[in-house]
Amino acid sequence: MTTVLFYILGFILLAATLMCITRRNPVHAVIYLVAGFFALALMFYLLGAPLVAAWEVIVYAGAIMVLFLFIIMMLGLAPQEVPEGPGWQRWLPLVLLSASLMACSLLIILQDPAAGQEIPDFYLAPQALGEALFSRYAMAVEMVSFQLLFATIGAFLLGRPLPKGEDQ
Amino acid sequence: MNLWRDIKGTLQPFWVTLGYLFKKPVTIQYPEEKRTPPPRYRARIVLTCNPDGSERCVACQLCSAACPVNCISMQAAEAADGRRYAAWFRINFSRCIFCGLCTEACPTMAIQTTPDYEICNRDVLKLVHEKEDLLIDGCGKDTEYNFYEHSGIGVVNERGGNEDEYGPVDPKSLLP
Amino acid sequence: MNDLLISLVLILVKLGLILGVVLTMAAYLVLAERKILGRMQLRYGPNRIGPGGMMQPLCDVIKLLTKEDFVPDRADKWIFLFAPGLTALAALLSFAVVPFSPPVTLFGREIPMVVCDLNIGLLYIFGLSSLAVYGVVLGGWASNSKYSLLGALRGLAQLVSYELALGLALVPVVMSAKSFSLNAIVMAQADWPNLLRHPLAFIIFMISITAESKRTPFDMPEAENEIVAGYHTEYSGMRFGLFFVGEYINLVVIGAMTTVFFLGGWHGPFLPPVVWFILKVLFVAFLFIWARGSMPRPRYDQLMHFGWKVLIPLALLNVVLSGAISLAVNS
Ligand code: SF4
Ligand code: SF4
Repeated sequence: MTTVLFYILGFILLAATLMCITRRNPVHAVIYLVAGFFALALMFYLLGAPLVAAWEVIVYAGAIMVLFLFIIMMLGLAPQEVPEGPGWQRWLPLVLLSASLMACSLLIILQDPAAGQEIPDFYLAPQALGEALFSRYAMAVEMVSFQLLFATIGAFLLGRPLPKGEDQ
Repeated sequence: MNLWRDIKGTLQPFWVTLGYLFKKPVTIQYPEEKRTPPPRYRARIVLTCNPDGSERCVACQLCSAACPVNCISMQAAEAADGRRYAAWFRINFSRCIFCGLCTEACPTMAIQTTPDYEICNRDVLKLVHEKEDLLIDGCGKDTEYNFYEHSGIGVVNERGGNEDEYGPVDPKSLLP
Repeated sequence: MNDLLISLVLILVKLGLILGVVLTMAAYLVLAERKILGRMQLRYGPNRIGPGGMMQPLCDVIKLLTKEDFVPDRADKWIFLFAPGLTALAALLSFAVVPFSPPVTLFGREIPMVVCDLNIGLLYIFGLSSLAVYGVVLGGWASNSKYSLLGALRGLAQLVSYELALGLALVPVVMSAKSFSLNAIVMAQADWPNLLRHPLAFIIFMISITAESKRTPFDMPEAENEIVAGYHTEYSGMRFGLFFVGEYINLVVIGAMTTVFFLGGWHGPFLPPVVWFILKVLFVAFLFIWARGSMPRPRYDQLMHFGWKVLIPLALLNVVLSGAISLAVNS
């Protein structure tokens, strides 16, 4: 069961990504990419890493892709050209992908590892992940957070108001 | 303390609205509960009559000229004694804005506003009132006034015979 | 197989129940909001249809259903059509993990009173709320109108910024429950509701969840007097209705979240747990309606400043403080 679901999800992920890189309209591309992220999140869940699945959705679909959209909309990058072909044909892939995603998530919830119906070989509890991150991989976490700090300081420097009387 | 002021300013409105929540609303529940408009309220327009019962309107068109939305129309006619009257008189209440300018323009006090505000109708054509719908028996706001007792052609008295009226001017006497 | 079937049926029954209760609650919250706001402004609010206006929601639905479903010219039609559903769906799905009563035993089976007790329930709700952002953003973008686009941009920036503060405010709650599961969070509040344990977190949570739900003090995405109706300017009929209903389902979700995270969930003396739960949800909903009647809308930049420069540092400080306190108490 799990294996079958895994392959279905993998197919959805690949199809969504393929659709994403072939779209002309950036907003449509983002929508397909988000569908792909959901498939990926479900896959993580299936593999027994619910925390990673949640972060996948919250951080990638919920924050990063939204910021992508923000930039696209802000700069007016999406062309409002008259669409080619009837609407349902253009969106059939997305509808199919979303429907199969829904079916997969229903199946996964039905045999939720936490409900103890079918425990996969490996199950990563949030506590275990936290412990691993802050003891075994503490060094890596610190390095990554330093990188983020540099990025923040860089952004701050770029964004600070110029001193008076100074040109660009 | 700015912070203290801000917190107080944020919380105070909550207290006020909570107080209002338990006060009796001021709304008048219209169809059951009706308010009595003041006597000079500007609503449905009527054509009034002289104290002696004759029509006041002389079809001078002043009201229809004053009306900002052009909703008054009429046709003038003349009686045998030279007295003018409106052959027909029509107000389209679907356009009237109840500004009352027509009543101010009227020299004979014929057209007047009344406090009767319930004249809505689902059929627009029923809002076009003809002279028969507009005419009322009484004198309206001024029970004494009769235009012809002060001026105009000799309907009540001879021309120039009214007490506050000068006699007609003889144009020839103005010659040098 | 039999077991799977029974659990499927159970889930469906629970889903149906929750759907019914939540939709009714949402419909009547609309009425309650209108009536309470009315009374706060010394009006009666809707009181014509049915006794005391009780049939008003029904009439609203009929009105919305019979209106024309309008799609603006050169709008991105399909995105325009599915965006409202996304908002309502995300709000509805959040209920899957909300526990509204301790498990009950029926026919010798222990039935947990939650559709699915995910052990990452809290994160699941966050994921869904980030999905709800797409409803707003795509709806606003696809309308091809400048007001909608501005509303969508505002909504997007606001939701992303306040989600941070929201998440940080919940960290102390997770710390004291030692779990992301909503069931465990409620269980951990058996004697003390989190409201008393983490008052600062509660305040931050309430402010940022108001911004998250785009409700009145923070309703810039739909600020009527600046950008008409923001992201749903171009919507009409039932699609507008979906946005609208989604907003009120969201109000119920917020009530449930606040209840679970801070007000001790179903715990309470005397009354049965479900009643306590519903009462608390309604109380929180009232708080939001009350705030709508009392507060003006700040400017958009004030909102952003407040979020990034006050709320997030405060929430971070709160995380550190409550972590230190719980360490000190436990050792
Ligand atoms: S009240 Fe004003 S609008 Fe109405 S008929 Fe008189 S002048 Fe015209
Ligand atoms: S109602 Fe008055 S103003 Fe209008 S035509 Fe008659 S006399 Fe003249």
